[in-house]
Amino acid sequence: MTCEYDLYDPSWCPGCGNYMIIKALKQALEELEIPSHMAVIVTGIGQAAKMPHYIAANGFNGLHGRALPPAIGIKLSNKDLTVIAESGDGDTYGEGGNHFIHTIRRNINIAHFVHDNQIYGLTKGQGSPTTAMGQVTTLQYDGVKVEPVKPLALSLTMGAGFVARGFSGDIPQLVELMKEAILYSGYAHLDIFQPCVVWNKVNTFQWYKDRVYKLPEDYDYTDFNAAYKKAMEFGDKIPTGILFKVEKETYEDRFEFIKNGPPLVDAELNPMDAEKLLNDFY
Amino acid sequence: MNYTVLIGGAAGQGMDTLSELLTKSLKRYGFFVFKHSDYMSRVRGGHNFIQIRFSDKPVYTYEENIDIIFALNKETIDLHKGRLKEDGIILADKEVSEENNILALDLEDTAKNAGNSRAMTSVGMGSIIKMLGLKSDKALKVMEDTLKESILDVNMNAFSKGYEMVEKRFNLDSMNDGRILIDGNTAVAMGAAAAGCRYYCGYPMTPSTTVLSNMEKWSHGLGIFTEQVEDEVAALNMALGASYAGVRAMTGSSGGGIALMSEALSLAGIIETPVVIINVQRPGPATGLPTRTEQADLRFVMHSGHGEFPRMVISLRNVEDAFYQTTRAFNLAEKYQIPVILLSDQYLADGATTTVPFDFKKVKIERFLHEEKLPEGRYKRYELTESGVSPRIIPGKFEDKVVLVDSDEHDEYGNITESAQVRKDMVDKRNKKGALLESEIQEPWLIGVESPENLIVCWGSVYGPVKEAIELLVEEEISIGALVYGDIYPFPIKLLQEKSKSAKRIIDIENNSTAQLDGLMRQFALIKSDIKILKYDGRAFSIDEVYRRLKEVIE
Repeated sequence: MTCEYDLYDPSWCPGCGNYMIIKALKQALEELEIPSHMAVIVTGIGQAAKMPHYIAANGFNGLHGRALPPAIGIKLSNKDLTVIAESGDGDTYGEGGNHFIHTIRRNINIAHFVHDNQIYGLTKGQGSPTTAMGQVTTLQYDGVKVEPVKPLALSLTMGAGFVARGFSGDIPQLVELMKEAILYSGYAHLDIFQPCVVWNKVNTFQWYKDRVYKLPEDYDYTDFNAAYKKAMEFGDKIPTGILFKVEKETYEDRFEFIKNGPPLVDAELNPMDAEKLLNDFY
Repeated sequence: MNYTVLIGGAAGQGMDTLSELLTKSLKRYGFFVFKHSDYMSRVRGGHNFIQIRFSDKPVYTYEENIDIIFALNKETIDLHKGRLKEDGIILADKEVSEENNILALDLEDTAKNAGNSRAMTSVGMGSIIKMLGLKSDKALKVMEDTLKESILDVNMNAFSKGYEMVEKRFNLDSMNDGRILIDGNTAVAMGAAAAGCRYYCGYPMTPSTTVLSNMEKWSHGLGIFTEQVEDEVAALNMALGASYAGVRAMTGSSGGGIALMSEALSLAGIIETPVVIINVQRPGPATGLPTRTEQADLRFVMHSGHGEFPRMVISLRNVEDAFYQTTRAFNLAEKYQIPVILLSDQYLADGATTTVPFDFKKVKIERFLHEEKLPEGRYKRYELTESGVSPRIIPGKFEDKVVLVDSDEHDEYGNITESAQVRKDMVDKRNKKGALLESEIQEPWLIGVESPENLIVCWGSVYGPVKEAIELLVEEEISIGALVYGDIYPFPIKLLQEKSKSAKRIIDIENNSTAQLDGLMRQFALIKSDIKILKYDGRAFSIDEVYRRLKEVIE
């Protein structure tokens, strides 16, 4: 059994925040001693979504915006697997916005790492759902004209039980946040700031570095109102760490046969088990 | 013997329960029954009607002529009295109508006396059973088996009063039962359950919703995960995740929902992940006629999804076929690691039919998962093999082996690539599976005479009316027969080639306006039909219509 997650060298641009994120992810999985064949990374499409190609875990690199639905399908089918959905801000909050909302409602036991660089990378520099109002991009020549999504406030108000923010510039903290998210029993939303060195000249490494601060030791992450306040804090100072964490019943536990039975994938299939259904039709 | 009872009224008047009770009762008296609902897309009001046809011989569809009309409103009488047989009768409450030749009964007051005016339909049911000359026992037993405790006494009482208030008009005897009464959607759901489907998610859309609701009803007993998800996009993407993880997964919808699944269908193609999808067709385009029927999505499901990838399309011909083909679809999907699409329609989905109980012992579950030891090194999910089918394992079951699937073009490991050679190899690999599928396809059913001069071609649920119309025409010594397609893509051509040689004319009968099957025949067999009998008013063919239109073109 191996927990060694190294694979190919990634093809991201030099200086890309994704290098730090993948480093943290491998370290988190190794420190948690999750065997690589028991971990699944599920992604959509985008630079962040290339993750499964660079890490020796099971991988489902699906469609743009659709990282969450297959992740749910995988977890429900085999509750023994560690399932991590991972994608960018455009994939998660734009194309996949509907799945994001409804996955929070479910509270299924998966970790969700959103690489948030506030820009579209793979398609070359268009505004993303988290790009600031007024920011000039390769497509929005005279500035973005819509309000940005506030991802943490959104997941909080939808009822997420684990809401956190990390920064690719702080690997030790990011590793801890990832481990907490993976260990959390339920849907864990971790938004990770990362600079896009090519396309986002506003939200640079320095921009983030100047703004992020760790939530204080005595911060009470079970206090929803405090968490909401922190989730809305997005200016000269931006908090990182676990904003909110409470225990909640998971989605899969609401299904008795999943909660107390073997993983669905291990069920013995026998057509005769269903024969009794005929009785209602005589 | 061959009788039809029509129940008509506005939505919300209790017709569904009445028709369910009456249909089941007639089945228990031992008759072959076919129930056909004609309903509008509304919850209250409008004009809905249900026709229950029954016979001592198997029945597959509805007839135009009616023996008994039970009219819950005046509109029912106005619309349908022209279809009444000479010795037919209309049954109505005296408030509805007191015209001549209408048996105007005091239904509502009788129901009130029995305890509740809403039990009026049970009074009517009692009267119908009596008029048919049947004993009341089996119908009362059905009420007991079906109705909630709280309303049972009132309704049984109402039934008995209705039974007493009329005279016998027909002299029917009960026969041996032992059959089941089931509709197309339920048969599909039961097939999925028998095949070991452990995952069915969907989004409500008429007329596909009852596949989902049946699965939901059975989910806890059988350990099937079911959910009403946020949209059809999620439904198919989730199903692919489930299938990747190793469970048998299915989803379904009607045309609009299937359209939303197009992107994920293409995903299933490139990641070579098995999945079964049912499209219960209704007339389009767009919202079309939500509660009506049509067979217009054949080309759509053949071509849905961008890019080129193998798939199989199977149309369902009757409830029995719906059950067995659904079980087969799961095996085919896993054998070739492809999406398999089942095509049903509102007419088959909602039409309850008596049939021989499904034989669960005949159902084989074949997974085709690789279970032996794998070679050292990284697992190749897309290993290039002679057949095009790669050994498939599921995540978590082989220590030190991980499974990577990718919507990008990928190499044998599943890693993203832009290599021209690998791209070509992978396209060829997927296409090989498509070619292999041709060895699996089943030729159409041949019904009627062995080598007909008049060769009908049709597919799916048109089977019912075509079968019965052909029986009538064969009795008239007309040389007529039909090829009824179930497997339809890849398109089977052998029997068509053979039978078309001796046929004087080929007659294409379809529930659409563009003769899509005729197009497939031209494309794949270089054979075209001579005459087309098409119906696209949102309604299914009756036997009478098929018979009449065939007579017109044959003579």
